[in-house]
Amino acid sequence: MSPILEGQDLALRFGAVRALDDVSLSLWPGEVVAIVGESGSGKSTLLRVLAGLMEPQAGRVLYHDAEGAAQDVHALREAERRTLMRRDWGFVHQNARDGLRMGVSAGGNIGERLMAAGGRHYGNIRAAAAEWMSRVEMDPARMDEAPRNFSGGMQQRLQIARCLVTRPRLVFMDEPTGGLDVSVQARLLDLIRSLVAELGLAVLFVTHDIAAARLLAHRIVVMRHGRIVEEGLADRVLDDPRHPYTQLLVASVLAA
Amino acid sequence: MTASAHMQAPDTDPGYNFAYLDEATKRMIRRTLLKAIAIPGHQIPFGAREMPLPYGWGTGGIQVTASILGPDDTLKVIDQGADDTTNAVSIRRFFHRVAGVRTTTRTAEATIIQTRHRIPERPLTEGQVMVFQVPMPEPLFKLEPRLAETRRLHALGDYSLAQVKLYEDIARQGEGGSSYSHPVMVNHRYLMSPSPIPGFDNPKLHMSPALMLFGAGREKKIYAVPPYTSVVSLDFDDHPFRPVRAPHACAACGSTTSYLDEIVTDDRGGRMFVCSDTDHCAENQMARKAAE
Repeated sequence: MSPILEGQDLALRFGAVRALDDVSLSLWPGEVVAIVGESGSGKSTLLRVLAGLMEPQAGRVLYHDAEGAAQDVHALREAERRTLMRRDWGFVHQNARDGLRMGVSAGGNIGERLMAAGGRHYGNIRAAAAEWMSRVEMDPARMDEAPRNFSGGMQQRLQIARCLVTRPRLVFMDEPTGGLDVSVQARLLDLIRSLVAELGLAVLFVTHDIAAARLLAHRIVVMRHGRIVEEGLADRVLDDPRHPYTQLLVASVLAA
Repeated sequence: MTASAHMQAPDTDPGYNFAYLDEATKRMIRRTLLKAIAIPGHQIPFGAREMPLPYGWGTGGIQVTASILGPDDTLKVIDQGADDTTNAVSIRRFFHRVAGVRTTTRTAEATIIQTRHRIPERPLTEGQVMVFQVPMPEPLFKLEPRLAETRRLHALGDYSLAQVKLYEDIARQGEGGSSYSHPVMVNHRYLMSPSPIPGFDNPKLHMSPALMLFGAGREKKIYAVPPYTSVVSLDFDDHPFRPVRAPHACAACGSTTSYLDEIVTDDRGGRMFVCSDTDHCAENQMARKAAE
């Protein structure tokens, strides 16, 4: 078996700041990996580079598609990269407003990827949108409402439904539970966990919430100053942190 | 031979070059037109000039007309289907004054028809040229505010946004949600705004023997549909595009096939429906009178 996504020797600097300093990372099919670290550690940059949204100055990102062919994400033509992003990948933004079309109804938001994939049957698109709304525990009767009518947690669910409707193999999430209150976070994490298990998704997500990482991730990658300082199974990293920075990070979590 | 070398009609204003624009500008616009015809439905930027009328009144159309007009042409100008509204009368008089060309209200006699919001009911013929006044050439502009991004979407042929808009229209308003300016695919490649013509007129663009030119003055874009080009209205498989017309007969000529305007006649709910195309209506009335 080969990894689904491979970042090799990635480097990117913003002026004097090394956002990515020789970072390599592999993600395997069906695996959930969390990237943790403090603000400015380069974790979001790493996610954006791996997701093809930002170009690295050195290194490359390889994606192994369903047929097993390796594709250099940043060397693809733009049309191919877009197709890949909407057919095989999904991206969940921290702020639902970045991932949703706020002027378009919930149903239209979910249906957009289907239409982009060539769906031209109104009834089928609506049926799929209704189905996905119930899968993310939203009321399908509200599918013609605009996203602004929904609460923050619901908007995030909508964004997830919009990503998953085309059955991607790989989903990137940037702080998916950021900015939500704790009880909503818990339900959302629960939902993500069950969907991921059910669909066998590979997920790469960024968080600074250690609890979220423990709940969702199989494997945790700890970043600091643009480098990966520690990497290992979630329980191992959290229960037996080796790098002083990871120890500090784990020790900083408030026990409820 | 340039148009200005012709003898000008006696009542032409000698203070202006033939058809108002200078020859260099007309050549620039003609080059743009050739490019537009070569790539059906693709928007070509051009250096639109200030015209002696405000934006929104047809500055794009008038520049296109000025560039293709020759002394032997016969010009018809339509505004919302009618030949006798202010805009139509002014533009017709304008070209009569600066170019001395013959003008007409008869679709059959015209070689160039500048129009706002309608395509004539009478089928167009080979050799006729339609010039559309376009307020907003970009069919994706309500969906994607960044013009650089819309250009990219056109380049990639990625029109899912327009399909989403159509989905929204049907979800919110049912069938016939977008009754005018309904986007079309030209030559199976480019999505195009047909300028704000009613959806009723969209089928007339398909395989038309006439050349269709679209000029947007404020947005400085020109695009075209050459004769006999496929033009298909965007739709869903289970919600096929259907041109909508008011289910009435024209109160003046009795036509049950033409596009109708609804006219409110009093403040007690009285209304009548008459043909939007005044020339077509007059022809019908004449034919009816002759038959009696």
